[in-house]
Amino acid sequence: MTISERIIFALLYIVLAPFIIGLLDGFDRKISARMQGRRGPSVLQPFFDLKKLFEKEFLTANKMQLFLIRSYLCFIVLSGIIFFGGFDLLLVIFSLSTAAMFLILASTATHSPFASQGTSRELVQIMACEPMELLVAVGFYLATSTFTVSDIVSKSTVANIRYLPGFFVGFVFILTIKFRKSPFDISTSHHAHQEVIKGVTSEMVGKEYAMVTIAEWYENAILLGIVGLFFVSNNILTVLGGIIAILAIWFLEILIDNTSARVKWQLMLKLAWGVTIVAAGMNLFLLEIIRG
Amino acid sequence: MEVLVTALICFPFLWAILPAVIHNSKRRAFAVYLGCTIVTILSVATALKWYLAGGQALDFRLPYQHLFGEIFMWGDIFLMFFITYLSYKHKRLIISVLTIVSTVVPTVLEKFGPKLGLAPTMRFDWLTLIMVLIIGVVGSLIGIYAVGYMHGFHIHHHKEVKDRRSFFLSMIFVFFGAMFGLVTSANLLGLYFFWEVTSVTSFLLIGYTRTDEAINNSFKALWMNLLGGCGLTVAISVGIIYFHTANLYDMISAAELNPNDMLCLLPISMLAFAALTKSAQFPFSGWLLGAMVAPTPSSALLHSATMVKAGVYMLIRISTAMADNYVGNMVALIGGFTFFAASCFAITVSDGKKVLAYSTISNLGLIVACTGCGYEETIWAAVFLVIFHAVSKSMLFQCVGAIETTIGSRDVEEMQGLMSIFPKLAFILMVGIAGMFLAPFGMLISKWAALKAFIDTSSVYVSTLMVLFICFGSATTMFYWTKWMSKILGASKREKSRDLTKKNEYISMFFHAFMMIALILGFPWLSENVLKPLSDEMFGDVKQVISYENMVIMIVLLCGVFIIPFVNYILTKGQKVKQVITYMGGVNAGDNFNFISSTGDPKELEISNFYMEELLGEKKLFTPAILISSFIIIVYLIIVVGGALQ
Repeated sequence: MTISERIIFALLYIVLAPFIIGLLDGFDRKISARMQGRRGPSVLQPFFDLKKLFEKEFLTANKMQLFLIRSYLCFIVLSGIIFFGGFDLLLVIFSLSTAAMFLILASTATHSPFASQGTSRELVQIMACEPMELLVAVGFYLATSTFTVSDIVSKSTVANIRYLPGFFVGFVFILTIKFRKSPFDISTSHHAHQEVIKGVTSEMVGKEYAMVTIAEWYENAILLGIVGLFFVSNNILTVLGGIIAILAIWFLEILIDNTSARVKWQLMLKLAWGVTIVAAGMNLFLLEIIRG
Repeated sequence: MEVLVTALICFPFLWAILPAVIHNSKRRAFAVYLGCTIVTILSVATALKWYLAGGQALDFRLPYQHLFGEIFMWGDIFLMFFITYLSYKHKRLIISVLTIVSTVVPTVLEKFGPKLGLAPTMRFDWLTLIMVLIIGVVGSLIGIYAVGYMHGFHIHHHKEVKDRRSFFLSMIFVFFGAMFGLVTSANLLGLYFFWEVTSVTSFLLIGYTRTDEAINNSFKALWMNLLGGCGLTVAISVGIIYFHTANLYDMISAAELNPNDMLCLLPISMLAFAALTKSAQFPFSGWLLGAMVAPTPSSALLHSATMVKAGVYMLIRISTAMADNYVGNMVALIGGFTFFAASCFAITVSDGKKVLAYSTISNLGLIVACTGCGYEETIWAAVFLVIFHAVSKSMLFQCVGAIETTIGSRDVEEMQGLMSIFPKLAFILMVGIAGMFLAPFGMLISKWAALKAFIDTSSVYVSTLMVLFICFGSATTMFYWTKWMSKILGASKREKSRDLTKKNEYISMFFHAFMMIALILGFPWLSENVLKPLSDEMFGDVKQVISYENMVIMIVLLCGVFIIPFVNYILTKGQKVKQVITYMGGVNAGDNFNFISSTGDPKELEISNFYMEELLGEKKLFTPAILISSFIIIVYLIIVVGGALQ
């Protein structure tokens, strides 16, 4: 990849990601509503929400929160630039977990019981997901001998899902946690019907909450991008396959969200690590054997 | 050069007499300051001289080598009698068996065994350079900190403990001397002497307060380290009997040349075993955890610049002889397992010093795993981790010690909102924690290199297990550090009070913070001018370990961690804001710290982190962890020893 290509991709990510993911979010609400027998809001509702949030008066329990949340947003975008700019996949994961730390710090700065409870759970969620995220990078390295995203695409003659089915299953499993979907919406959820109110985001009001929402959209774009990465190869047509896969996984997550009840964090941790070890661990072991 | 190195080793030993005999507090403090300054200057001067002379590995004999040989031998015998006496006094005579065996055998072999040629006994190379600097600079700072801390310890806080400060401060100097000797020795007989000195010194430091707990823990440290010493003895004996050499580097090159000959691997495996005990890997972690009972400066010393670093140093030394063989697999598995297990335990404890102790063990595990793999990437990563770990751990221990003095507790839960009451201490703590785990500091670079190398390791089982250990271990590591950080930044309900930290403690801590930041900014330079020659020396001509592109990204991330929050802070500072209280379901009692309870009275709101004791607790998993790791060590040692006996 040349420098200019990298810049173009990174810019496209910065400009387009919130619109695409925001739109997907709108459709998510619509589809969820239909599944529950409601009409549901307009697909543009997430953008209206965002506009309203930004216009609200700025209230906060601790002023420190705002700069931490802005840092969170910046780091997520930076991670996205590393990913879509075609740089090192492992560094994307490291950068994402650094970003998550800022969210944690922002949330605990307030001494709010609900936010603290949510934060502790959020930490458990991160801990549940992180091994699998790292393993995905390992998987791509095993399949293509490189961590570099652009090389993963250009060096693969066939879609890497052929070598990495276990990694894919594990990754899709933790996506439910990452997208804050039921049954793993335990630190916060998109619906305020939880015993910890809005968990991590309880104390975030107005533009703070708007920024968190945008950051999550940016993050989801990266995660869906990784899903796509499993399916693309150096054949340009496979991009289509990647998009279809992303949409399919996205729909699957909505389905899971609407058909399952929230679990306790202990069970989530055990399930996530269990699936990681069984699915990704097995796949890893087999690939190592094949490589010799 | 020979003279400088000799001075470096002898000076601290001799200077140790001064604090021991001066009992006036002010004059003794001055002696310690002066001694520490001279040690620092000597170590930096030695390092600089060697660096400016072109940085070629230097083999040499000490002036009056023969005399030193005699001193080492009689020193060993003295230590043996000393330990035997102490174990008799405390009714643990069984421990003396370890020291008698491990002292008598090499002494007899040296006197009556085959005559060894006049080989060089010392070596100074890139790894030595780094170790000398760490011991000289970080160690001396701990010495300076110790003066102030021990003053407060006896005068204000622990009046019941007998004041033995003279002894404590002189032991610190003995430690420096032993460590300098250890990292420069090429002759195993000399190295063994220094090794035993560090074991005994740490034993004495841990038992400083002479409470029952302290005595128990100090003996635990003693027997584990003496067991490691026995490993060294076996290595020496095999070397003298079969290879007619006691030179460490001869043994390493023999093992490199015949990687499938178990007899050549035997000394390496025994050295590795000794190093594992010293660097507190599972199943030998108990002694480092027990070392917490000692006053904070000695914890700082044991955990950062000395002691555990001796073990890691040895492993890095022999790593080229461990690449892709049984010994390497053993070391890698033990390290990986320790990395993961210790970080799990770190989640479940709330005592600040204990969290630090587990994190040391865990971090050393990662270093040990890197050395066991024995590729150039992992050695590169291991050395980086050693540097970062030494600085940040020393700083963290000092800081927790200062916090304990000031707020009267070292429990993490009690540090709620430290940022708003004691910003200076909190800042140091934050820099330390960031140095330990945050992207893009030492950990990140090292994890990147380690993961890549482990995937490429040839043994399928080891490779798979190691990758899993690293992935899971880094998740648990993130958990316990982040929850500590969030505690510090939280809101505080504590009244502002006087900061009891002494000026010299602050000098030491701020110098550490400054070093930390300098290390981070100087990372590319360090990689190019120190780490690369080191790899060249160990592996022949080495290409860039980390690509230029990744280097740039890491630097961007690195600046990001500082600059992004800073810029955002400046930008949001002037924002108009309406202060509100937090949401408590409508039962706030007027502020964020109290709520109206069901009886109608205001009650204080307690917020606590997750500790997951029933999931990962020490009670539940400590014994299994010991068993698993013992199993790994025993199986691999049987393979090597059995193979050698065939």
